[in-house]
Amino acid sequence: MTPLPPDVSGEAPDLFTTSPYMRRRRRRGAVVKFALLLALMTAVAALVTLIITVINGSFGLAAVENAKPPSELAASLGHPEGTELESLGKEDLVTLLEAEISTNLGRRFERERRFFDDRLVFEDPYVLNDLCMSGEPPPACSLSARSREDVYGLVVERVVDPTIVGTWSFFDSVFNRGEIEADAALEHPGAELIFRSWISWDFIRNPQSPEPAVAGIRTALFGSMWVVLITLVFSFPVGVGAAIYLEEYARENRLNSIIQTNINNLAGVPSIIYGMLGLAIFVRTLEVITSGSFLGGGGGATANGRTIISAGFTLGLLILPLIIINAQEAIRAVPGSLRQAGMALGSTKWQTVRAHVLPNALPGILTGTILAVARALGETAPLVVVGASTFITTDPTGPFSKFTVLPIQIFQWTSRPQDEFRNIAAAAIVVLLVLLLTLNAAAVILRNRYSRRAV
Amino acid sequence: MISDARTAGGVMIEQTVSQDAEESYGETFAMETERMDAYYGNFRAVKDVTLSFRDRRITALIGPSGCGKSTLLRTLNRMNDLVPTARVEGEVRFHGQNIYADSVDPVELRRRVGMVFQKPNPFPKSIYQNVAWGARINGMKDDLEGLVERSLRQAALWDEVKDKLDESGYSLSGGQQQRLCIARAIAVKPEIILMDEPTSALDPVATLRIEELIQDLKVNYTIIIVTHNMQQAARASDYTVFLNMDQDRAGYLVEAGATSMLFTRPAKIETEDYITGRFG
Repeated sequence: MTPLPPDVSGEAPDLFTTSPYMRRRRRRGAVVKFALLLALMTAVAALVTLIITVINGSFGLAAVENAKPPSELAASLGHPEGTELESLGKEDLVTLLEAEISTNLGRRFERERRFFDDRLVFEDPYVLNDLCMSGEPPPACSLSARSREDVYGLVVERVVDPTIVGTWSFFDSVFNRGEIEADAALEHPGAELIFRSWISWDFIRNPQSPEPAVAGIRTALFGSMWVVLITLVFSFPVGVGAAIYLEEYARENRLNSIIQTNINNLAGVPSIIYGMLGLAIFVRTLEVITSGSFLGGGGGATANGRTIISAGFTLGLLILPLIIINAQEAIRAVPGSLRQAGMALGSTKWQTVRAHVLPNALPGILTGTILAVARALGETAPLVVVGASTFITTDPTGPFSKFTVLPIQIFQWTSRPQDEFRNIAAAAIVVLLVLLLTLNAAAVILRNRYSRRAV
Repeated sequence: MISDARTAGGVMIEQTVSQDAEESYGETFAMETERMDAYYGNFRAVKDVTLSFRDRRITALIGPSGCGKSTLLRTLNRMNDLVPTARVEGEVRFHGQNIYADSVDPVELRRRVGMVFQKPNPFPKSIYQNVAWGARINGMKDDLEGLVERSLRQAALWDEVKDKLDESGYSLSGGQQQRLCIARAIAVKPEIILMDEPTSALDPVATLRIEELIQDLKVNYTIIIVTHNMQQAARASDYTVFLNMDQDRAGYLVEAGATSMLFTRPAKIETEDYITGRFG
């Protein structure tokens, strides 16, 4: 071994010049610091790219070809040039419908729902009367008249009939507007160029549709909510219960340490494997239950076991280890002195756990659960295996319905060839991200609120 | 022996001992251990301890760090059961009954043998709830408010907290928190209160108040107190037990007796070495 270099003996320490050794140490530190900064920048860049890509697809110019230009329609009723179709009253809109669509189609609409409470437009009063007296009266007999918005929707859909013939991304639309206008005028002379936000209330309210302009995510949103609800109802009590047992009751022996290790491992198992498990157990083996046919319901027959409840339980299994681990950590974080204080007063184990351990662990348990639910909300692969429907336009009616969820919907839209589907996929991604961020924010708020209250 | 104490001991010790002679308590034993060993796994923490704790007296357990004082204390109300590997051999008798017998319910035992810990550990609940909880879970539901007040008065805390019973137990100072813990222990009507270095986390003023409180409490309760502080043992206890550890780090009983005797005329040289500060 080399001897340690002697201290500078006798001389006053020189604090104003740096020795080469010191310079080397500092340089090494600076290099590491730069590398760390680089790592951070990479992560930030990835995140920003993601957000930009999504925004880029969610907004942008669209070339729309109308069968009948809306401005002409307003003018055809004698309104002055430049009157917007949207500003017309219900009377005018119905008049337009009367002029532009066939009587048969009009009758169909009127049987669905009348245009006015006091008069009929397309239908013969006697015919409708007879229909209402018959065994199966059409909905119009009991419903009140259509609203102006409803009629406006019909006019847009049936008379104006817009078709999107081309779309451009957000940044293209902003920076190359002139070029796009020239292109559009050349290729789609009749088309109108409008700036369109693909995220809108209609997008959230509308059901799935083969027509991208009117397709929405309502079906998928309801599906996601149902699935997550079932997931939560299953995995929260089971997971928290298991965690309490493991932390408070289980003795330290080989069996329990094997169980603990396996729970930790299960948290890292690829989600598609849970999908296989769900397919085997819930969809196939327990089909009688998961299809709802044990209740005698006919609705289950078409979905077999590929229902919301199968999906919910599959995702429940998927996040169960996460919930157990999070809850265990929260319970472990409760100071042992509280348990001792409780036990020393002559309480039973459960009384102490119930009164002191759980209330103090609850914020942590809830935070962990919310994060686990966020994971379930974003899962796609296991649900593909379990059998989420890729095209479904009716809202789920209960746990035994067929279903689709947001990520599946997004996946399905991105695999379509038409450009417009990519735009609504981006819009759906924005909705999904907003949902996930809301959940995460809720977890953070919960944690902060309770950690401030605890001490 | 008492006269010896008078000549050699301080004024306080003299008083304590003279009171002893006048009262009828202190003649019987609240708790006894007989040839008791306490283990953690294979490690023997306390070895062959045979001891008697006098009823309604204050007994101090002293000894160097790691000699098993706390372990011994925790075997007396089976708090050691909470440590998975802990076990006890020999007998610990309470009312003549071995508390380690199969028929004994440790939950009921702990109600009757309460405990105050080293660090004040109030529940993160209101002051009222801190005191009332133990009583409520033990089924004492009548006149909880009266019970809370009496307990807080006995713990000499009532005047300080009577206007803020709904505030968190954490809002109190360290000394107040420790008195709250004592009130909490009293509220379940124990016979014995075990104290594990109850003042080690407190400042001198708060320590003194707790010591005074302990003197008041001995009228009703048997108190066994572990302390690191020899002055505290000398000031505040009637009887003192000195434990030491052997080369295997197992604690054993060196000497036990009236505090006045032990601090003035220790029977063993080991005790003398320890109380004069030559080791430990």
